[in-house]
Amino acid sequence: MPAWGWPELATLFLHFVSLSLLAIGGAITTVPEMHRFLVTQQAWLAEDQFSSSIALAQAAPGPNVLFVAVLGWTVGMNAAGGAAAGAPAWAFASACVFAAMMGILLPSATLTYFAARWGQRNRERPTVRAFKLAMAPIVVALLVATGWILTAGHGSWVSHPGPYMLTLVSAAVVWRTRVHLLWLLGAGALAGAWGWV
Amino acid sequence: MHTPRPASVRQLFWAFSWLALQGFGGVLAVVQRELVEKKQWLTPEEFVEDWAVAQIMPGANVVNLALIVGDRYFGWRGALAALAGMLTLPLLVVLGLTVALSGVAHQPAVQGALRGMGAVSAGLIAGTGLKLIAALKGNAMGALACTALAALTFIAIALLRIPLVWVLLGLGLPATAWAYHRLLAQAKTLGAP
Repeated sequence: MPAWGWPELATLFLHFVSLSLLAIGGAITTVPEMHRFLVTQQAWLAEDQFSSSIALAQAAPGPNVLFVAVLGWTVGMNAAGGAAAGAPAWAFASACVFAAMMGILLPSATLTYFAARWGQRNRERPTVRAFKLAMAPIVVALLVATGWILTAGHGSWVSHPGPYMLTLVSAAVVWRTRVHLLWLLGAGALAGAWGWV
Repeated sequence: MHTPRPASVRQLFWAFSWLALQGFGGVLAVVQRELVEKKQWLTPEEFVEDWAVAQIMPGANVVNLALIVGDRYFGWRGALAALAGMLTLPLLVVLGLTVALSGVAHQPAVQGALRGMGAVSAGLIAGTGLKLIAALKGNAMGALACTALAALTFIAIALLRIPLVWVLLGLGLPATAWAYHRLLAQAKTLGAP
């Protein structure tokens, strides 16, 4: 039986609610706070469970925010005694996924929905047009910067040239060709599995 | 001129499901490929505008983008359909992988594959950014201002690691004022024959 009940489920939900509106630049920007809460404060997750949950969700298909679902699932499985505990554990882990995803999505999605509608209704206003024009070069540069930061996370390019080469090549291929993106990811996975990066 | 658009809420759901399922390591590059290049529901300029809003609002960027694009075509039903498409099937896949890999996630080959895919997906995001530079050509702020803003943003975020909020305020507000000024100047030239 889960050692957990409604109060813990509500605590999990409210933790993600509290982070939702702070996640400017994506849910991934609030990872340090999630780590502090889930691993350090509540001890609901082990250190390696936390980092492998994020790595797995990053590599899997779909939006990166799904790492929150994997965190919720793992927290639930831990609390319910692991997959061996059978159907109740699976049901409880699913409830944790639901609580975590609703918490991280509801506040930000509601705000975005109404803000975007307002922007669309007022798109002919000079201030709205000026804002969108001004943001265009900033967000384009942000994308390039995000690619840079993700690669720099692997360490220095002198000691770890592999990831940098892989990032550079795939950026150039996306920019200049129409090769299907899955081929690139497959090549990256193989290169990694063989220990080249 | 005929502009392509989704025919139904159902089509919107499947379009977003399909692109989300292709998005290993992030969906943005696929969204650009599918919605701008293949389906042509958005022009590159519209895509950059919507992406700007999606990025500035809190929450997952591609989730925000799904809401915005879905709402554009079918109101709240479209927003929900696009959101559900973006999340439902990938959620099942990622939880399936979590269960399947819970025993082997520590093996060096699996770790290496995850690292390799991570490096490629970083390149996909950067490459999409490089491609979208073309959408800045007609920007009313002018080429010089656009180049300067993009360079400053890259330096502030990638090299100096300044939090995004401060970059958006520090560069976004003066840039908006400049764009406003340029729009007024343009309107005046157009108004006086």
